[in-house]
Amino acid sequence: MLASITHIIPLTTIRRERFLPVAGRLLVRTGQKVSTTDVVGEAKVNSEHLLLDLVRGLGVPAGKADNFLQCKAGDRVLQDDVLAGPVGLTKRVLRAPGNARVIVAGEGQVLLELESPPMELKAGLPGTVIDLLADRGVVIETTGALIQGVWGNGEIDYGLMIVLARSPDDELTVDRLDVSLRGSIVMGGYCQDVEVLKTATSLPLRGLILASMDPSLMPIASKIKIPVILIEGFGNLPMNSAAYKLLSTNDQREVSLNAEQWDRFTGVRPEIIIPLPAPGEPPLPPDADRFSVGQQVRVVRAPHKSEIGTIIEIRVGMIPLPSGLMAPSAEIRLESGENALLPLANLEVLE
Amino acid sequence: MPTSLIDADSLLAIDIGSVTTRVVLFDVVDGRYRFLASGSAVSTANAPFNDIGEGIRNALDRLHSVTGRKFVGKDERLIIPSRSDGAGVDTVAATISAGPSLKVVLVGLLENVSLKSVKHLANTTYSQVVETFGLTDYRSLEARLDTFLRIQPDLILVAGGTNNGASQSVLKLLDIVGLASYQTPQERRPEILYVGNQALAKNVKRSLGRIAPLHLASNVRPTLDVEQLDAAQVKLADITRTIRSRQISGVKELNSWTKGGLLPTATAFGRVIRFLNKVYDSNKGVLGIDLGASATTIAVAYSDDLVQCVLPQFGLGDGLATLLEHCTLGNILRWLDLDIPKDYVRQYIYNKSLYPASLPATPEDLAIEQALARQVIQLSIKQIRGRLPENDFGDRGDLLPAFEPIVVSGSVFTRAPNMAQGLLTVLDGLQPTGVTTVVLDQHHLSPTLGAAAAINPILAVQVLESSTFLNLATVISPVGDAKSGTPILRIKVIYENGSEASAEIKQGSLKVIQLSAGQHAQVHLQPLHRFDVGMGGPGRGGRIQVTGGALGVVVDARGRPIRLDKNPANRREMINTWRNELGC
Repeated sequence: MLASITHIIPLTTIRRERFLPVAGRLLVRTGQKVSTTDVVGEAKVNSEHLLLDLVRGLGVPAGKADNFLQCKAGDRVLQDDVLAGPVGLTKRVLRAPGNARVIVAGEGQVLLELESPPMELKAGLPGTVIDLLADRGVVIETTGALIQGVWGNGEIDYGLMIVLARSPDDELTVDRLDVSLRGSIVMGGYCQDVEVLKTATSLPLRGLILASMDPSLMPIASKIKIPVILIEGFGNLPMNSAAYKLLSTNDQREVSLNAEQWDRFTGVRPEIIIPLPAPGEPPLPPDADRFSVGQQVRVVRAPHKSEIGTIIEIRVGMIPLPSGLMAPSAEIRLESGENALLPLANLEVLE
Repeated sequence: MPTSLIDADSLLAIDIGSVTTRVVLFDVVDGRYRFLASGSAVSTANAPFNDIGEGIRNALDRLHSVTGRKFVGKDERLIIPSRSDGAGVDTVAATISAGPSLKVVLVGLLENVSLKSVKHLANTTYSQVVETFGLTDYRSLEARLDTFLRIQPDLILVAGGTNNGASQSVLKLLDIVGLASYQTPQERRPEILYVGNQALAKNVKRSLGRIAPLHLASNVRPTLDVEQLDAAQVKLADITRTIRSRQISGVKELNSWTKGGLLPTATAFGRVIRFLNKVYDSNKGVLGIDLGASATTIAVAYSDDLVQCVLPQFGLGDGLATLLEHCTLGNILRWLDLDIPKDYVRQYIYNKSLYPASLPATPEDLAIEQALARQVIQLSIKQIRGRLPENDFGDRGDLLPAFEPIVVSGSVFTRAPNMAQGLLTVLDGLQPTGVTTVVLDQHHLSPTLGAAAAINPILAVQVLESSTFLNLATVISPVGDAKSGTPILRIKVIYENGSEASAEIKQGSLKVIQLSAGQHAQVHLQPLHRFDVGMGGPGRGGRIQVTGGALGVVVDARGRPIRLDKNPANRREMINTWRNELGC
């Protein structure tokens, strides 16, 4: 059976494609080194339009307005350029309110597409640009540790990681956030206090890595402008031992947070990257795998949610679960030493 | 039907869900088409594959291990037509529900006329209406244009004007659609489906045809009081297929196996429900409900009409993250038979949306999953209630009309540890009225049969007539008002062997009357206290012929709506009494 995979890897090659939503301009070249927040491309996405009425602007009858046009569709105009006129003794004219492109000119109207700041595509990870994808995107590669999360708030940043979680199930409380943490990325455990998020924003921190969060904080966590990544999910869930060990042993290192929301269709998910030098080129992690004996797995649902274990046997056929459901299942040796029979659908491979 | 009249082709039906890919084999056995076997595997429409091929291949391997029949040749291609050694299949039917919801913008004139109809149209497929533009939209042209461009829809549905009716205002709306499409980069331009005033079709082609992919279908509102979605629905299914082909590898090839007949799963499901309505030939309509991970689909066929609604916001997978925007946590907690902390339930909802393919392994998780299903059914029915025919219960307009049968599909029912749990989930969620049969689509065949019907209608008829669909129970649900414990119905059952059984049903109870599956019996109903069992009005009873389901005949006298005790402990006790009676 095909298994879903979560990467928690101490040292690997990380290669990511970063795409503009529409064709645009790439601002980097192959071989260029980039940091997480560097803008690697830009595209015109949310343009603003303005409709100008010649009749009102020039004070001429509708039938005659087009005679005074001084621009046509497709023209690029600068701020204060005359679009129509002059009219009458006062030489009344209609000027462009800003740099723009003329979309429509006629029937007494001029529709402008105003120049607006382009949408910027950030690198999302520190590394080297290894390929340019026409005018749509770039491929960036780096080596380091990779920890994938399950939920993110869409923000991107990087900074020095300070580990505040004293254990995988530690709770991050507001009294532990002080001004000395300003500009850093804090790794905490469980968070249930909205004040933690507010303080993190006001200090400001440059990011929060949490094991888990109370669901009531989701609306605020979604809106704040620093990246927030959850490793396990919602509720009081301890961080899995592999992620905790990897993060805590990299205390005081620079980390990159890409808290993009998990999109199963595109495969994009929240990630923490700790850039590390590597001898040679470590292998790329696999994207897909099948369940097999000896694999390290994480349990994604009760019972034993967030625990890590090793597959010791994949049972044949449909196995009854404590709930009464029947499902393909495997025997797992959990880190606690306990064995558990769990459905394959509730496991993901850690690679 | 004699074999000679059957075009004896084997048929492989393939359904690509967001979580599971299923393959189902039908062939002729003893002169009639039969469901032979099915296989399933994890869908691979999502990353890292974004190619449905791997999932199909794995599901076919399962089917091969069950049937011994070979489906894939040495060249790794599906063997079509079948070979003399029995390998392969003759025809393929396919359905797909995988892929992100289509972002749809609606354009029409009046909110309660064309915009309403075009919204109904959008609801027939896996879509999310992200913006609506109508005649009463007072935003400036540039504001509307900016909104269009910001949204970047996959599809624009344009309606407006009865045939030969309003034209200028429709053309004005089309200007903005054209301008927005023109301003969108070529590769992102949305598909446009025009389903408005047909007198404008030429103008529409002229103004929009060269700007964006344009499709035309007949007016969804040909006159003010008539809504006609059929032709537009067919076109919309085509467009959905086109978009999916662009988004997901392998869809084009799957469509070619079906000779262009690949359908959205919901469309095919609706087709089967409509078909059943014709087969049953009852005065009542047929209700179908399919609870999937990506969406809940409701289809109601009555007279010649089909009312269908696909609700991605009520899927039991990813959609759960937003469920609490549509109901309170209390609405879900009330259905729990176990004492589970509300915080755990809230966390469950969000965590399940992160892992939509995961399974409830503990009794607590199963209780939550089934409670969610009940609530999702209620919310879904609420969405469609206004479009259903009136019921026969006078001022109780809130109640569902009677249906015959009710077809339920989805793994929350089919995977339930026992059939009673599936039935109770349906009864609690739907709260049917009168006398009805609840039928379980235990192999998730409805959509595939809907798609197969276009290729081989005889197959669809014969499989539907076979026992592939499981009759769960005949359900009798009296409607009326009485205190809990008051006798409201006398029932006498005369079995085929002449033996009799009688019972007095009390308000608030759920009662199982034994009748073996497939056995017939005469049931005499005598409502008390002016209760209505759908036999001509309050207090009216009579004799009906019923067929036993897997759970016999069930009298659901718990009231409509079901009144649950406000005290959690009492409520759980009440629910467990019902569960015990049904054998959950």
